Amino acid sequence: MTIETAATPILRIDHVTKRFGGLVAVDDVTFDVKRGEIFALIGPNGAGKTTLFNGITGIFPPTAGRVVFQGREITGAKPHQVAAFGIARTFQNIRLFEYMSSLDNVRLGQHCRMHAKLWDSLFKTPAEHREEQRVTERAIELLQFVGIERYTHIYARNLPYGSQRRLEIARALATNPSLLLLDEPAAGFTPQEKVELMALVHKIVDQGITVFLIEHDMKVVMGVSRRIVVLDHGEKIAEGTPEQVRRDKRVIEAYLGTQH
Amino acid sequence: MRSIRSTWEHDPRKNPNEMVYILLGIGALAFPIGVQIATRGGGSFLISQAADAGVYVLLAVGLNVVVGFAGLLDLGYAAFFAIGAYTYAFVASDHAEFTPLHQAIHIPFWIALLVGMFCAAGAGAILGAPTLRLRGDYLAIVTLGFGEIVPRLFRNLNEWTSGVNGISALDTPVLPIWLNGPWSGDALALVPNFKIIDPMAYYVIMVILVAICVVLVNNLRRSRLGRAWMAVREDEVAAAAMGVNTVGIKLLAFSIGAAFSGFAGTFYGAKLSLVSPENFGFTVSITILIMVVLGGMGNIPGVIVGSLLIYYVIFNVLPGLPQMAADFANSIGAPGLNSPSGDYPGLSGEVQRLKFLIFGLILVLTMLLRPQGLIPSRQREQELQKGVHEDTTIVDVNAETT
Repeated sequence: MTIETAATPILRIDHVTKRFGGLVAVDDVTFDVKRGEIFALIGPNGAGKTTLFNGITGIFPPTAGRVVFQGREITGAKPHQVAAFGIARTFQNIRLFEYMSSLDNVRLGQHCRMHAKLWDSLFKTPAEHREEQRVTERAIELLQFVGIERYTHIYARNLPYGSQRRLEIARALATNPSLLLLDEPAAGFTPQEKVELMALVHKIVDQGITVFLIEHDMKVVMGVSRRIVVLDHGEKIAEGTPEQVRRDKRVIEAYLGTQH
Repeated sequence: MRSIRSTWEHDPRKNPNEMVYILLGIGALAFPIGVQIATRGGGSFLISQAADAGVYVLLAVGLNVVVGFAGLLDLGYAAFFAIGAYTYAFVASDHAEFTPLHQAIHIPFWIALLVGMFCAAGAGAILGAPTLRLRGDYLAIVTLGFGEIVPRLFRNLNEWTSGVNGISALDTPVLPIWLNGPWSGDALALVPNFKIIDPMAYYVIMVILVAICVVLVNNLRRSRLGRAWMAVREDEVAAAAMGVNTVGIKLLAFSIGAAFSGFAGTFYGAKLSLVSPENFGFTVSITILIMVVLGGMGNIPGVIVGSLLIYYVIFNVLPGLPQMAADFANSIGAPGLNSPSGDYPGLSGEVQRLKFLIFGLILVLTMLLRPQGLIPSRQREQELQKGVHEDTTIVDVNAETT
């Protein structure tokens, strides 16, 4: 096991493969995400981007290869363990707790950072009470941070679409992650909303959290991230700065098709 | 910040729950007095029945943790009820002397309550550990099987449980101290080592136990566990990704529900002083489930009201129905309806035959008219309104605070 230094990548994807029966969704992919950067994973539909996210977060563990987070192998860990290690995520198709208020959604996000035991919860001990207060205050802070505090008591399902995406980010931040995985955070956004989202992503990185995002919209990706990996049919076809990737032949082919 | 918190603490939306709690509290206090006045002191039977209803309230409140909070369909809940009752029978009677143990055990009632509770919770954990990885329908089938197996075990383990005969002459609970007074027809005095035989004493203890349990379950609902249950019920994958150990949290709900059932079972065994495998069948599980669903799944006051109502209907209304029908026929001047002829057993006999059909009709009608239950939780109410009043559900609580 490597000793962790500032230069150690926060996340290392090491020859990861995911098969569903005969289908190879992710094929021997290797790359590093560095601490403190905004890293993007792009690729056409069905390239295996979300599958890779599911592999990292333990929802569908990889068939082969290793996922190393902060110097520690987390391949095959359960989703809740991955969250406790410090990886939080959002979902491509929003998965909020629809019939819980925005506040409760974010408070739930802090679940794995809370210490109240069954006993504390049953008898409302002073320690539990203080913890609940702290958690509530932190939740309200986070709602303000993503800019949806006016929906604090509204059921998540009743929020406008854009605010639901923001609420998902707030809920993920509530787990106090070092690495935040955003799965197409700008999907369905207007150009104006995309600009606001990019600002939010920068604000998150300023808090010392590494952001790893999947995005379809090349403009968003190019504007926000320093390094990009491109997947196509489960294979890594390019890696580099936005400029390099933009000029890469295989990337152009994957997105625009081969010219005859 | 402050304004946000104050609206969070004092939810501006109307909440009938407090009102229901107050009414239930007043009802619990007024009931024995009212009964004694109405029956001129002969109301022991009704008070005893009310204490039995309290057992069902405990059961329903416990099942509500499993079904209402965590969203796990448990069709074998009576199994834990049986485990609690049999535990008491075993540790608080002469019975153990006739088992291969050859040694009677007499544990005091209050400790036996805890023993029954832990035995049931343990059984819940043992059943839950392998099965809670299953979802929805599969879990329902497994619990259904468990609910069938447990009473059968008690019926067939003759050596240990004396089979179909059940176990009788269980110890009478003893209170270390009790206050006698005019309400029990005695002079005002403190009685040490008071034996609980009087239905009134059972009633008082039942009310106290129910009150304590309701407070505890309410605490759970508003804690991190309550939130986690709600989240698991809504979206298990998202809950797991947010750091909730979904199997662990479901197991906890299942065991807590089982603990309530065991607790209620111990009390039930002690009060009846008899346990028999016939008392814990599938119908008991279903009845409790009906209480929860009809009262308002997930909402404790609703569940209490539901269980009291269903209890009243099953144990008071339905048995009295044949006589009522016969009286009705007489009063409208058609006594001919009451005389049997051929296959027709007379009106009261006919109603006797049909009484569970009538019960079923009552249930179907209630669920048609009020699918969310009598006093539903806010979530449940909205889930069932989905798409009907899409925009009216958006309440901007900040409008009045900013």
